Amino acid sequence: MKISIERGTLLKAVGQAQSVVERRNTIPILANVLMEAEGDSVSFRATDLDIEVVDKAPAQVERAGATTVSAVTLHEIVRKLPDGALVQLVDDGASGKLEVTAGRSHFTLATLPKEDFPVMASSEYQSNFSAPAPVLRRLFDKSKFAISTEETRYYLNGVYMHVAEAEEGRVLRCVATDGHRLARIDADLPDGAEDMPGVIVPRKTVGELRKLLDDDDMQIAVSVSETKIRFATPEITLTSKVIDGTFPDYSRVIPIGNTRQMEVDAQEFAKAVDRVATVSSERSRAVKLQLDEDRLVLSVNAPDSGAAEEELAVAYGDEKLEIGFNAKYLLEIASQVDRENAVFLFNSAGDPTLMREGTDQSAVYVVMPMRV
Amino acid sequence: MPALCRDCLTRFETGRRCPACRSPRIVAHPELDSLSIAHMDCDAFYASVEKRDNPELRDKPVIIGGGKRGVVSTACYIARIKGVRSAMPMFQALKLCPEAVVLKGRMETYVEVSRQVRAMMEELTPSIEPLSLDEAFLDLTGTARLHGQPPAVMLARLTRRMKAELGITGSIGLSHNKFLAKVASDLDKPHGFAVIGRAETEAFLAPKPVRLIWGIGPAAQESLEAAGIRTFADLKRWEKDQLIARFGAMGDRLYHLARGEDRRRVTRDAPVKSISNETTFGEDTADPDILDGHIWRLAEKVSDRAKAKGQAGRVVTLKLKRANHRLLTRQSRLPDATQMADRIYRTARELFEIVGPEGPYRLLGVGISQLTGAEAADRAGDLLDPHALQRAQAERATDAIRERFGPDAIVKGRSLR
Repeated sequence: MKISIERGTLLKAVGQAQSVVERRNTIPILANVLMEAEGDSVSFRATDLDIEVVDKAPAQVERAGATTVSAVTLHEIVRKLPDGALVQLVDDGASGKLEVTAGRSHFTLATLPKEDFPVMASSEYQSNFSAPAPVLRRLFDKSKFAISTEETRYYLNGVYMHVAEAEEGRVLRCVATDGHRLARIDADLPDGAEDMPGVIVPRKTVGELRKLLDDDDMQIAVSVSETKIRFATPEITLTSKVIDGTFPDYSRVIPIGNTRQMEVDAQEFAKAVDRVATVSSERSRAVKLQLDEDRLVLSVNAPDSGAAEEELAVAYGDEKLEIGFNAKYLLEIASQVDRENAVFLFNSAGDPTLMREGTDQSAVYVVMPMRV
Repeated sequence: MPALCRDCLTRFETGRRCPACRSPRIVAHPELDSLSIAHMDCDAFYASVEKRDNPELRDKPVIIGGGKRGVVSTACYIARIKGVRSAMPMFQALKLCPEAVVLKGRMETYVEVSRQVRAMMEELTPSIEPLSLDEAFLDLTGTARLHGQPPAVMLARLTRRMKAELGITGSIGLSHNKFLAKVASDLDKPHGFAVIGRAETEAFLAPKPVRLIWGIGPAAQESLEAAGIRTFADLKRWEKDQLIARFGAMGDRLYHLARGEDRRRVTRDAPVKSISNETTFGEDTADPDILDGHIWRLAEKVSDRAKAKGQAGRVVTLKLKRANHRLLTRQSRLPDATQMADRIYRTARELFEIVGPEGPYRLLGVGISQLTGAEAADRAGDLLDPHALQRAQAERATDAIRERFGPDAIVKGRSLR
């Protein structure tokens, strides 16, 4: 293999690869990226056996071929090369070395045979559709904060993507929860997605997917089977196993009878919560909300370190209410609101509270209160 | 070279015997007056206490431990000559030393003697870190002017007093950090005094096997050996980042220990990092009902201790030991800390479901770690488990009843399994 490739292009492809490989792993080849040069492009393939990313980048291919090399080391090298450099990668196929040359810099890297690289088995996808990047971005960005890290509830360690029945018809829906908060985000159902099986997309895949969605308005090809999901742009293909488990019936968790409504400027609210929470050093700080006639008092009382209180103007017309929440959870859901006011719907101090943006039903959040 | 007589505490410069009392029990070292980190380890502590209280036992091999499935907790030096070691299964110990006197142990007495030793150590320095009833680290840095004697003298006086007043002996390791002090206390046992100075640290360690490091068990030893590391000299050939890449967080510690460096301080009453309980079964079992009963009772014990201390943990650990002594531990991190028996039980139970079916087991343990104060614990309900709050309320009510009428006033049916 002998190729020349522009440094920026190479950095992007190798960057994607090195974030997929596991930092600490016992199988050496899993730390490597497989490079395959043919025609006028090179494909970079990396896997952790659960996720596989293939990035195809334009290059000048003098001699076709393939080899594997440490993704992290190659990334570090390319990152440190000057912008605009032309990088030459040469592997003679026999020495077990890859020569990397850019300007006056020269590197020799150990390679492992391409035959040993595990390529993810292809599978039959039941559903193939395409969705605009911004739509997928919204679905995952707004739900991922609620993904659980609890190992015993492995079926919550991802975002449940499925087709659901909403008031205005069938939608593409993403749900994530850790038992303390829940996010339910809907989008118009893309053509061809009707028969999509519901799948739990693992946390790491959601993180990797985000990098694919950076380009603004691109259409993303999505393929789904019972065991795998694939997202593809013309250059990059991300294939991932999905979590083998049953996502719990979340619909009974979302309160429908909450009538006590508070409307507040989400940003002002988030800032105030952040300020009062400062006095407590506990990991799970509790913020108390006292509501009375268009007035909200936020307070934190940490016996060891101090107390804080702040008053906010809100729209609230129901009877007095005192309710506590984990400050971090409140901040996270308040920061999901980007256009209108945050609308909170309470029941009692012990019942789940619902939050949405204005009257928009397509993004709904539920948060469990805390005893204060 | 500064030398000290361990019998009459006379200090002198040269000679193989004490110039004052002619005792051969001397300790001499160029750095004797400048080292101040010590490890004191009582010799065969439980057995020594038994022999002290019952002189008939003095010349007999004595083993403390017990139960049909028990292991040796302490063996006296006579039994050790026969090959008996602590943590050895009792049947094996009795095979090696059938004439041994086996005692069940009197924990209250040991605790009392340990308290007396502690009081003597308190007179030397406030900086004491007990590791168990019978060993502790002492930091005597800066005490020379207070006592008018260097640490070595005060330590020799300590073991002399222990022998005279309490009738037990201890061994001292004196060095410039905790790791080496602990290594040293083992060099001259029993009733010993060993010194490892700064100058000879690296030469002393180089040929020693890495299992000398506290925390390097058979498994870690195996992975070190796979990397070609058997001795400290092997270890020293590795770069720091190589060690970290290969062994993770332990790598950094290994790098420094290879050079005889240990920056841990002697900390008084080191904060508790976890609360756990375990039980070894009378007979190995794979019966899920029996195991479930054990998980519950252990979860309840852990919960009781956490509640008593006002602590809660974010991580729940389940520990299982197979019949072949292979240990299995699984952890789960909760979104918030807990001290409730119900949550500890349910989490441990789910971990058991994941690993469980492949019994039989001989030991089961349940624990919590990443401890925090109780104020922040168990205050949020669980969306997916709507009855969790009710169960928590029931548990608090149960606690209140037990508080008033005793621990057996109300128990879960599950605990009777």
